[in-house]
Amino acid sequence: MEFFLISLLNGVTYGLLLFMLSSGLTLIFSMMGVLNFAHASFYMLGAYFAYQVSTYVGFMPALIVAPLLVGGLGMLIERYGLRKAHKFGHVAELLFTFGLSFLIEEVVHLIWGKAPVDYRIPEVLDGTLFTLFSTNFPIYKGFMMMVSVGMLVALYAGLTRTRIGLIIQAALSKPDMVEALGHNVPRIFMLVFGGGVAFAALAGVIGGNAFITEPGMATAVGSIVFVVVVVGGLGSLTGAFLASLLIGVVQTFAIGLNISITDVAALFGIELVASGVVARLTVTQLAPILPYLFMVAILIFRPRGLMGARES
Amino acid sequence: MSALVPPLLSRRRFFLWGALALLMIVLPLVFDKGYALSLMCQISIMIIFSLSYNMLLGQTGLLSFGHAAYFGIGAFATIHALNFVGKAAALPVSILPLVGGLAGLLGGVLFGYVSTKRAGTTFAMISLGIGELMASASLMFPVVFGGEAGVSGNRVIGKAVFGVNFGPQIQIYYLIAAWTFLCILAMYALTQTPLGRMANAVRDNPERAQFVGYDPQWVRFMMMILAGFFAGIAGGLSALNYEMVTAESLGGWTSGVVLMMAFVGGIGFFYGPIIGAVLISLLAIAVAGVTKAWLFYFGLFFLTMVLYAPGGIASLLAMHKRLWNAGLLLMVMPAYARVTIPLLLTFAGLVSLVEMAYQQAEVLETPLLVFGASIDVNSLAPWLIALALTAFGLVLLKLSWPRVSEAWRQVLAGINGEVAR
Repeated sequence: MEFFLISLLNGVTYGLLLFMLSSGLTLIFSMMGVLNFAHASFYMLGAYFAYQVSTYVGFMPALIVAPLLVGGLGMLIERYGLRKAHKFGHVAELLFTFGLSFLIEEVVHLIWGKAPVDYRIPEVLDGTLFTLFSTNFPIYKGFMMMVSVGMLVALYAGLTRTRIGLIIQAALSKPDMVEALGHNVPRIFMLVFGGGVAFAALAGVIGGNAFITEPGMATAVGSIVFVVVVVGGLGSLTGAFLASLLIGVVQTFAIGLNISITDVAALFGIELVASGVVARLTVTQLAPILPYLFMVAILIFRPRGLMGARES
Repeated sequence: MSALVPPLLSRRRFFLWGALALLMIVLPLVFDKGYALSLMCQISIMIIFSLSYNMLLGQTGLLSFGHAAYFGIGAFATIHALNFVGKAAALPVSILPLVGGLAGLLGGVLFGYVSTKRAGTTFAMISLGIGELMASASLMFPVVFGGEAGVSGNRVIGKAVFGVNFGPQIQIYYLIAAWTFLCILAMYALTQTPLGRMANAVRDNPERAQFVGYDPQWVRFMMMILAGFFAGIAGGLSALNYEMVTAESLGGWTSGVVLMMAFVGGIGFFYGPIIGAVLISLLAIAVAGVTKAWLFYFGLFFLTMVLYAPGGIASLLAMHKRLWNAGLLLMVMPAYARVTIPLLLTFAGLVSLVEMAYQQAEVLETPLLVFGASIDVNSLAPWLIALALTAFGLVLLKLSWPRVSEAWRQVLAGINGEVAR
């Protein structure tokens, strides 16, 4: 019971963090039809920027400043790079963001070095929120949850209740019509790109010190986020939300479960004496590849993803 | 890609293939240092690999981020086959890359079935997922993939035939060269087959391909399998060449490099990836020898290509060859001369900035030398000079570039006018 509850809480925290990344990715994808390969790189930039800003003015201002900086950078990149690649088609756009992720990693190497930086949880948020049975649940995890849920609510309210949100939604499906009505669609695209990237950066700000801030963090989380988006269904925010939680929870549970097929068989009184490598693998060892297996399974049985609306 | 492809063995083609074979035979006699030899082996392997990649991206329109999976599968299959042959002596070493090819083909059947159901962005993401799946799986099964250390083997096994036991690098070079020649020939021949032509049709317009009576999914699947086969051969050759395979050969880095090679070379031309493989391998060695910032320059170079020359080097060459044929190449030269100086200025400014930044970050003991001058990176002046240089160059470039476009416009108008007459 204790294991279950704690893993569930951790899984939901991780899942919400994944959603902060995948929501921006999904928005950008459904608007421009391009998958931002460098999305996780902006997550990394968020963490590094927050580290740098927090050395000067502390964590709380960094929480606001770093995503804004990264969002601004994203807008510049959209305006002067991605928009140029756009006229050569989707493959060129995808390749552009691929090259960008490569370049951002090098820039991070250049500025902050190859070793992890000392980006820590602020003292105010360091401690125990509550104790469940015998396991402590840290304040910071609660804080992460709060920020992600806050972002989720803000995103939902912004998209459905504000004027700009409605225009964005309209531009998603009928860009030509929106343009004909006198809105500057390229500028809306730029805003959405900047916004999506800023969400990723926010995830980086709160994820960077919870995990580790190092140049490899973009690659580590990047492929998982792509899996989330495919599993959820390309372009579907609800799908991305469900898939983020699902993968977050599944992976957290998998890490905690130290049993293998051999163990399960033994539970039923069957002894697998000559069991091979596969049968002796524990679920913990399987955890890194579970999301990918999950993705392959989804693609076989439901190719458009959980909530995907149409075949592309 | 031209609409009319000349037959495989016209007299001109025959001459080209002969020249390629001759070049591959003669090169190691000219550059016979051990270093040059191993570089040539590496380049040959990358040529097969990037050509196989272009079977997907260039010919079928499938952007893959996980092509290293097939390379790695082939490499691991070959190294295990090599170790097995060492015990049982069942196969000659020279045909072991075929084992790698078959393993890559099987990988193509397995993963291709899942991934080629979709094209476009979805395919790209699935390929990324499959690449990551293989990369993480490789660390889970140390028995098969050798964990962090990898699997090593020994290619000098079995009896020497005519004194050839593949011990010396020159012998393995000729083995690799022979395989490379065969693979290039086979992949070129494939572009001439109905399957190769249908792949182009599926790339350009899957719906119409369907109307003609072909199943786009099936065509993509077949191309994926064949691309897996050739990537597997490349992997097998690398296993024989290095006598060692690590999990890195399956990973994202290898997939990224092959993508860059194919794209920079030019995906619209059969020979494009060959140019890319040779150029990037050489550049990697040359630039990495001079500066620590070589990866940064690579990223910048790649981005510039994506934004300003999406057809790759092969398409730039083809454009100029057209002028050359029309005898008009000289007409664009004045405009080129005009942009040379701004280009050099921008380049010099950028390189100085990047090098100073790296110097600042690494705090190296040796003083920084930019274009032969020693520079103190902690003072403000060199930064300002470099910044000014870059900005000045960029402004000049912006002012002088219209002349190039104008020259091209005139020349093209001239050519088209002639054709019309």
